[in-house]
Amino acid sequence: MKTNHSNGDVRIGFYICHCGHNIAGIVDCPAVAEYVAGLPDVAVSRDYKYMCSDPGQELIQQDIREHGLNRVIVASCSPLLHEHTFRNAVAAGGLNPYYFQMVNVREHDSWVHTDRAEATAKAKALAHAAVDRVRFHKPLEITKVPINPDVLVVGGGITGIHAALTIGNAGKKVFLIERQPSIGGHMAQFDKTFPTLDCAACILTPKMSAVRSHENITLWTYSEVVKVEGYVGNYTVTVKRKPRYVNEDLCVGCQECIKACAFKEPKFPDEFNVGLNKRKPVYIPFPQAVPQVVVIDPERCIQIKTGKCKKSCLEACVDRQAIDFNQKEQLVEIKVGNIIVATGFKLFDATRIPEYGYGLYPNVVTSLELERLVTSSGPTAGEIILRDGSKPKTAGFILCVGSRDTKTNRWCSRTCCMHSMKLAQLFKEHTDADVTVFYMDIRAPGKGCEEFYDKSLREGIRFVRGRVAEVTDWALSPEEEGKLVIRVEDTLAGFVRRIPVDMIVLAVGMEPQLDAQEVRRLFNMSCGSEGWFLEKHPKLAPVSTFTDGVFIAGCCQGPKDIPDSIAQAGAAAAEALALIDKGYIEQEPNTAYVVETDCSGCKSCVPLCPFTAILFDEATQKARINAALCKGCGTCVSACPSGSVRQNLFEDEEIFSEIEGMLSYV
Amino acid sequence: MPKPKVAFYWCASCGGCEETVVDLAEDILGVVEKVDIVFWPVAMDFKYKDIEAMPDQSIVATLLNGAVRSTEQEEMARLLRRKSQFMIAYGACAISGGIPGLANQFSREQILKFNYEDAPSVVNEKKVRPQLKFSDNGREPTLPSLHNVVRSLDQVVDVDYYVPGCPPTPKLTKAAVTALLEGTLPPKGSVIAPDIALCDECPRKATKPTDLSFTEFRRPHQVLMDSERCFLAQGVVCMGPATRGGCEAACTRGGMPCTGCFGPTSRVRDQGLKIMSSLCANVAGKEEKEIGAVLAGIPDPVGTFYRYGLAKSLLRGKVSLPATG
Amino acid sequence: MSDPNWQPRIVAFFCNWCTYTAADLAGVSRLKYAPNVRVIRLMCSGRVDPQFIMDALAKGADGVLIGGCHIGDCHYVEGNYKTLRRFTMLKRMMADMGIEEQRVRMEWISASEGERIKTVINEMVEQIRALGPLGLPQQFEEWDREMTALEHAAAEKSETEVAHA
Repeated sequence: MKTNHSNGDVRIGFYICHCGHNIAGIVDCPAVAEYVAGLPDVAVSRDYKYMCSDPGQELIQQDIREHGLNRVIVASCSPLLHEHTFRNAVAAGGLNPYYFQMVNVREHDSWVHTDRAEATAKAKALAHAAVDRVRFHKPLEITKVPINPDVLVVGGGITGIHAALTIGNAGKKVFLIERQPSIGGHMAQFDKTFPTLDCAACILTPKMSAVRSHENITLWTYSEVVKVEGYVGNYTVTVKRKPRYVNEDLCVGCQECIKACAFKEPKFPDEFNVGLNKRKPVYIPFPQAVPQVVVIDPERCIQIKTGKCKKSCLEACVDRQAIDFNQKEQLVEIKVGNIIVATGFKLFDATRIPEYGYGLYPNVVTSLELERLVTSSGPTAGEIILRDGSKPKTAGFILCVGSRDTKTNRWCSRTCCMHSMKLAQLFKEHTDADVTVFYMDIRAPGKGCEEFYDKSLREGIRFVRGRVAEVTDWALSPEEEGKLVIRVEDTLAGFVRRIPVDMIVLAVGMEPQLDAQEVRRLFNMSCGSEGWFLEKHPKLAPVSTFTDGVFIAGCCQGPKDIPDSIAQAGAAAAEALALIDKGYIEQEPNTAYVVETDCSGCKSCVPLCPFTAILFDEATQKARINAALCKGCGTCVSACPSGSVRQNLFEDEEIFSEIEGMLSYV
Repeated sequence: MPKPKVAFYWCASCGGCEETVVDLAEDILGVVEKVDIVFWPVAMDFKYKDIEAMPDQSIVATLLNGAVRSTEQEEMARLLRRKSQFMIAYGACAISGGIPGLANQFSREQILKFNYEDAPSVVNEKKVRPQLKFSDNGREPTLPSLHNVVRSLDQVVDVDYYVPGCPPTPKLTKAAVTALLEGTLPPKGSVIAPDIALCDECPRKATKPTDLSFTEFRRPHQVLMDSERCFLAQGVVCMGPATRGGCEAACTRGGMPCTGCFGPTSRVRDQGLKIMSSLCANVAGKEEKEIGAVLAGIPDPVGTFYRYGLAKSLLRGKVSLPATG
Repeated sequence: MSDPNWQPRIVAFFCNWCTYTAADLAGVSRLKYAPNVRVIRLMCSGRVDPQFIMDALAKGADGVLIGGCHIGDCHYVEGNYKTLRRFTMLKRMMADMGIEEQRVRMEWISASEGERIKTVINEMVEQIRALGPLGLPQQFEEWDREMTALEHAAAEKSETEVAHA
C-alpha cells in the first residue's frame, strides 16, 4: 500500500500563524511557510500574524475562492482551542470543514522549546505530516442527535434541590433521586447559616416543599442510580428503589406507628442527629422530612428480621394501612437527556487524628455534632451540654482537622473557618462560655464574611494562631483537673501554651463521598487526584464533565459553601436547559464504520465497544456499527484483523501518511 | 498461432507449490495442451542457458514459487523477470517469504553454524563449511551463497500478480492460469484471491460467540479440539480473521486452525501485528500480570503471527541482523 | 553509523482527552522540554494500531511514545485496557525482533499532569540518545546492498553467457 504523494486533484492552502510573538518569537514562520510551499500539492503557503482573527479567517476564505483550494491547514495553537473556529471559517468559505487539519506549533512547540533552529525544524516536520495527512481527508457531515428534554438530578441536598426547581420551573420534567429517606442533605442538619445567621431550616424547607408539590418534579427518595446507559440526549438510567416497607402514597406522616412500635424506647443511633440520640426501627428522619413518610429500618425491625413481632405498628395504622412488610426492592428504568450529579460530600473522620481525642474523650465533638446540639429541634432542644449534662464554661474550636494537612488531606475545606466562627458565636449566645478558636489562617472571603469575623472578635471570641498539637486530659495543674487541655504553639505570642477547656469542637474537613469512585464510573466521569468529580475545565467549565450531558454541581465537585453550591446548581441547570432548548446536539463525525463488502463477520470487534455500538447482523452475517451510539474512540478500528472497520477523520491512510510526513523532514 | 510460453521456477521452496500444479490432475493435461512450458526444473529438462537465449519478454508468464535466499535464486528471479511479460509470485514463500522467512530471526552465521556444527545430529569435528569456490584440477565449481536476509519475490523484482497459499489450491491455480490465457487478469499488483478474511467462508463461523474473551490460549497439541467449534472460541489461536479466504477453509474443515498462509487482505500492512492487535484487544484481564499470564499461552508470537510473512512484515526480521557476514 | 549531528526522533501517539491535553497544559505552563518528540493526535490510545508503532520505527523513528489516560479513567471507558494488552504482547515481540525495550514506551498521563509530559519526554529522549539511532531505513538499505552488488554481477554474467550460447 503506497502513500499518495501527489494527487493532481488536491490543492492545499497552508497557513502558519505568528500568534503575535507567541509562535514567531521562537519558530521561524516564514521559513516554515517557504518549506511547505515546496511540497507537492501545496497551492498556497502563507505566514500571518493572527490567523484566528477576522482578517485571518477571511484570508482563508479568499484563498479558497481565488485559488480553488480544497484542503486547508493552519499551523498555530492547539486544536483543542481553535479547531472549531477554523472549521467554521473553512465552512464559511464554501469548503467542507473536515477538509481542514490543524498543526499545534504553539502549546507543543514554541511555548515548550527554547532553541530556534530545533523548534523550527519540529514545526516543519509537523507541517509536512499535516500536508501528507490532509490529502486523504474526506468531506464529512455533522450528525444531529436529538435531546430528550427530561433531566435526572442525582442527590437531594440543597444543590440538587435548586437544580431540580430551576429546571422544573422552566417547564421541563425532572427526576430527583436521593439515597436517604428524605431530601435536605447536610443543610437540613444545620442550625443557622453564615454570615447572615439565617435559620437553615427556614430557608431550606420552603424549597423542599416546593420540590414535593412541583408538577414537573418526580421525587424518589430512598433510591439510588445503579446503571446508566446511552449517551447525551438519550440516557437510559436504572434506579433502585429501596423498600421502606411503607406505602408512600398512603402514609400521611402522623407517626402513630412510631408511638406504637414494639420498642417502647428508642434504641438505635439516630443518623440525622449524628448518633447523639436514638430512634426506633420505624422512624421519620427529621420532623420536616420530605416526603413526610416514615421508614422502617430492615436491619433493626424485629418483624423484618425474624417475622416474630406483634406488629403494633400495623394496628396503629389501621385506617390508612400504609405499612407493607412485603415491599420489595424495585428496579425502574427511566429515559432522560441530561444528568446533573449533586451527590455532596462526607465529613472527615476525626478518629484519624487520634491526638485530638475524638472518640476517646466524650467532650470532644465534631462541628456537625455541635450543630445538632445547638439546634432547637435537636436532641438537646438547643442546649449545649457536656456528656454529663452540665453546662460548659469554656470551649475550644480546633480548625483544619483533616484539611491543609499533608498526613490526611492537603486541600482547604473552604467553609470551616466561617462555620466555626458561626458556631462559636452561637456557643457564646447559648452558654455565655469563654470560647477560643485555634486556627492556622482565618479564611473569610465572600460577602459579609470578613465583617462576620469582626463580629466574632467584637463578641469576645478569642483567637489563637497555632496548629493544635494535642488534646489531653492529663492535668499538670489544679486548673486543668477534670478538663481537656489543648496544647498549642501560639505563634503570635511566641511560646507553647496549655489551655484547659470543658468542650472541644473539631472543625472536620470535607471529603469526597466514600463511593465516589463507583459513582463516577457509573456516569462515565473522572475524579481529580483528590477524589472530587472532575470538571471539564477548572475555570471555563466548572460544572461540565468530559461526558456530554453529564454535569456536576455542589460539593461533589469540591468543597464550597451554600451560596456557591446554589450558583453551581443554577449553572448546571442552565447548561442542561441550553441543550434541551436547542433540541439536538451536534456529534463530531469521527465515528467508526464497517465496510460491509470487506467484513468477514469474524466478530472480533463486537465485544470491544463499551457503548454497544457494534452489533453482529445475523441476516448479513457481518458486523454493523450504529453511528448514533459510536463515540469515536477507534478501538474497534485498530482491532479489526482484516482492516474492514474504518474511522472517519482517523483513517489508516491518514495516520500512516502523518507518520511518514513526520519523519520526512530530518 | 504459437502457444503462449509459460515458465515455472522454484527458489527457497519445499516443492509443495509444484505439487499443486501436478494436483491439477486431469486439468493438467488441459494446461499442458494450451501452453508451451519452457522451463520447469522439477519436471522438465531445460537449462538456464535455454532461458538466457530467449528474447526478452518472450515468456508470457513465469510462475515463481519459493523465497529468495541465495544468489542463484536472485539471479534466476531477475533473469526470468527480463524474459517474461508477467511475473507471478506463486505461493506464500514468493509472496511474503513464507516459512523460510522465519530465518530472518537469525543471522546467516548463526544458521550456518547451527546447521554445520551445532545441530544434534551433525558430526563435524573439523567444522568444515561449504566453500563458495573450489579449485579441482583446473576446474572451478562454485556454489551460490546465502543472502544475509530472506526476501519475498517483490523485494527483488517487479511482480505483476500474486497467487497466495501454502500451497495455492488447485482451484485457485486453475483460475489464475485461465485468466492469464483468456486475458481477463485483474489490475496489475492484484492478489488473485478474495479480498475478505477466511471467517467469511469458514463452516465454524456460526459457533463463534460475539462476546469472546480470552482467559487462556492453548496450542493444538495441548487440547483435544472440538471438530466443529470455532478454534478461537476454544482458546486456540486461529489466524482466520486476519487471513484472506479463497482456500475454501481447507484447514479448518480438516480439523486444524488457520495458520495464515493466504496472507493479509489488501487493507492491512502487517498481518502479524493485526492479528495480535485483535487477539490482545479481546484478552480478559485488566492488569499487566493477569494479561501476561493469558498471553503466555502463545510462547512464540513471532513464529505464530508471522509464520508466512516475516520477510514482508514492517520490520522484515530481527533488526539487529548484520548486513554482511 | 555515527552521524555527529544525529538527534533522537520520537513519534508520539497521544490520546485527545488526557495526554494531548496534558501536553497542552505543559505548553500553557511554559514548561521546557526536549524538542525531539512529534505528536500525532488520536481520540483514544485504543486507536493505536500496533502497525502504526512499527511503521514509525520502520520509517526512521528512533522511538515511539504512546500516551493514554490512567487505567480506569479512559474517556471511552476501556480503550486503554486494550492498549495495555497489546503493549504487553508487543514488548515480547519487540524483544524477539531485536528492538531495545526503551524504544517503545507506554505512559498513562492524565490531563492535569503537564509536569509528567516534561519528565517522560526528557527521560525518554535521554534514554534513546544513549541507545543511539535505530536507523531502520538505513538498515534496510544496507541489507539490500547485497542485492545491488549482485545485480551488477548478474548483468555482466548474463552478457557473457549469451555470448557463449
